[in-house]
Amino acid sequence: MNLLQLENLTVKRGQCPVLDGISLTVGQGEFVGLIGPNGAGKTTLLRAALGLLPHQGRSNLAALSPQDRARIAAFLPQARDIAWPVTVESVVALGRVPHRAGSHRPGSPRPGSHGGKDQAAIDRALDRMGLAGFRGRTATALSGGEQARVLIARALAQDTPLLLTDEPVAGLDPAAQIRTMQVFADLATEGRAVIASVHDLGLAARHCTRLIMLETGRIAADGPPRDVLNDTLLARVFGVQGFHTETPQGHIFQPLSVTR
Amino acid sequence: MSQRLLLTLLGLLVTLLFFGSLLIGPAALGLGESLSALFRGEGGPIVLVMQEIRLPRAILGLLVGAVLGLSGAAMQGFLRNPLAEPGLIGVSSSAALGAVLSLQTGLAAAFTLALPLAALTGAALSVLLILALAGPRGGALSLILAGIAISALTGAGTQLVLNLSANPFAVMEIVYWMMGSLSDRSMTHVWIAAPFILLGGAMLLLTGRALDALTLGEDAAQSMGISLRRLRMMIILGTAAAIGASVAVAGAIGFVGLVIPHLLRPLTGGQPSRLLPAAMLGGAAMLLAADIAVRLIAPDQDLKLGVLTALVGAPFFLHLLWRMRGVEA
Repeated sequence: MNLLQLENLTVKRGQCPVLDGISLTVGQGEFVGLIGPNGAGKTTLLRAALGLLPHQGRSNLAALSPQDRARIAAFLPQARDIAWPVTVESVVALGRVPHRAGSHRPGSPRPGSHGGKDQAAIDRALDRMGLAGFRGRTATALSGGEQARVLIARALAQDTPLLLTDEPVAGLDPAAQIRTMQVFADLATEGRAVIASVHDLGLAARHCTRLIMLETGRIAADGPPRDVLNDTLLARVFGVQGFHTETPQGHIFQPLSVTR
Repeated sequence: MSQRLLLTLLGLLVTLLFFGSLLIGPAALGLGESLSALFRGEGGPIVLVMQEIRLPRAILGLLVGAVLGLSGAAMQGFLRNPLAEPGLIGVSSSAALGAVLSLQTGLAAAFTLALPLAALTGAALSVLLILALAGPRGGALSLILAGIAISALTGAGTQLVLNLSANPFAVMEIVYWMMGSLSDRSMTHVWIAAPFILLGGAMLLLTGRALDALTLGEDAAQSMGISLRRLRMMIILGTAAAIGASVAVAGAIGFVGLVIPHLLRPLTGGQPSRLLPAAMLGGAAMLLAADIAVRLIAPDQDLKLGVLTALVGAPFFLHLLWRMRGVEA
């Protein structure tokens, strides 16, 4: 089943197209890495697909009401933004907002006091991001990388079939990066779909089932990592060349030098 | 502190201060006779004092304080900025300009309701203006800038009225009115203000869940099913109704909407949805206490309420900032 369906999605800034006629579908079981140099349109693609930007063309998500969309797709924006000194658990609990539209009790007073199903989703998200010991800590007092993990856990707690994340692993330590990519891969194996914009091509090559390479608002390549990360495309789109090898752990790619 | 305990304690405090406000005044009345006079039908002097002077004053203190605290908390939550306050979107200064015009033209002297009605009209016009300026899709920044522009414009209008006024008594009346007060208000004032205050307050109380989601930014909130457009309308209309009506009956009272949410935020775990009801009760408590204080400090001098809240509020705010200094460094 297709979870994301984009037809000719176009976003313009003034006259200049930032995103130019993107058509693609993402189905259950896929972990899609969205790659491309700075300014290629990764963030714009994610935001327009959700209907957060004025756009032309069609996106199945943008056509939904905000409430319905929030139960199908969760989104982790690039900006790590926590405005108030709330606890880690209450940040993660925000992921449950779309699921208790009718029965929300304002504010959840103590840790571990949410309704059964909500609490289970919150606990699972905290566990998955290795945050079980952080529950009662004040989120704004954590380090940047820890806050990033808390925000990923928030998106996981939304418990949607589709997860869109914008640079989820930027600024994380190596263990957290691998853990995050592994969690996303697990979600895909469970029959969900994840789309993550990633700058680390090595991580993308290892963990994603499919890569979509963007070049100035267009799709330059779309397919399995070992096909997309070929030398010609890497030189043309990213201006880099690197080292490839196949291992039992999957495709390994390490960028080595700049070609232009 | 658990939310239930916090709200219970604040509720008790507000109840105590409300009765305190009823029992304290220049006419030294006994406890029993004053309270029973509230419910008696015939018109002796005690009944008159209680029902026509002290009761409206206490009710207005309760209502105005409650919406100052509540709208301060809502505005800070919506703009994600602890420096926001209810007057930021220009409603207070527009309501004030309406009131000032009614004082200057003599309408206010001609019939009692002219002043509050003119203030409400000013508040309503400011809402239309802010919606036109900030646009339907505008974010927090365009709202703040539109609010600043409207405040500057209406502030200049008030200055112009004072500047050109040929009548020194009108000028004095305007200056005193702008200091904010709850003295000499009647039940008529309560009936004018209460519907708007209750309606606006209810709208603001309903924004808790959306404000919680907004903690993580506009994109994240929208992706969690929150309609920012609806939230913005609720905040603007709720604040305009509640604050417009407050200014109409009590004048401009500063600092309650800024200090109270600050003070109570740590006790509510920083969550906007928990802060809203707490700030509502806290604002009511602060204004009732200040209104009792002006009667006790200078019983013969008509010390203005807005002067006292700013006098007490500003140093208190500095103290909070002083304490935050160590934490943020």
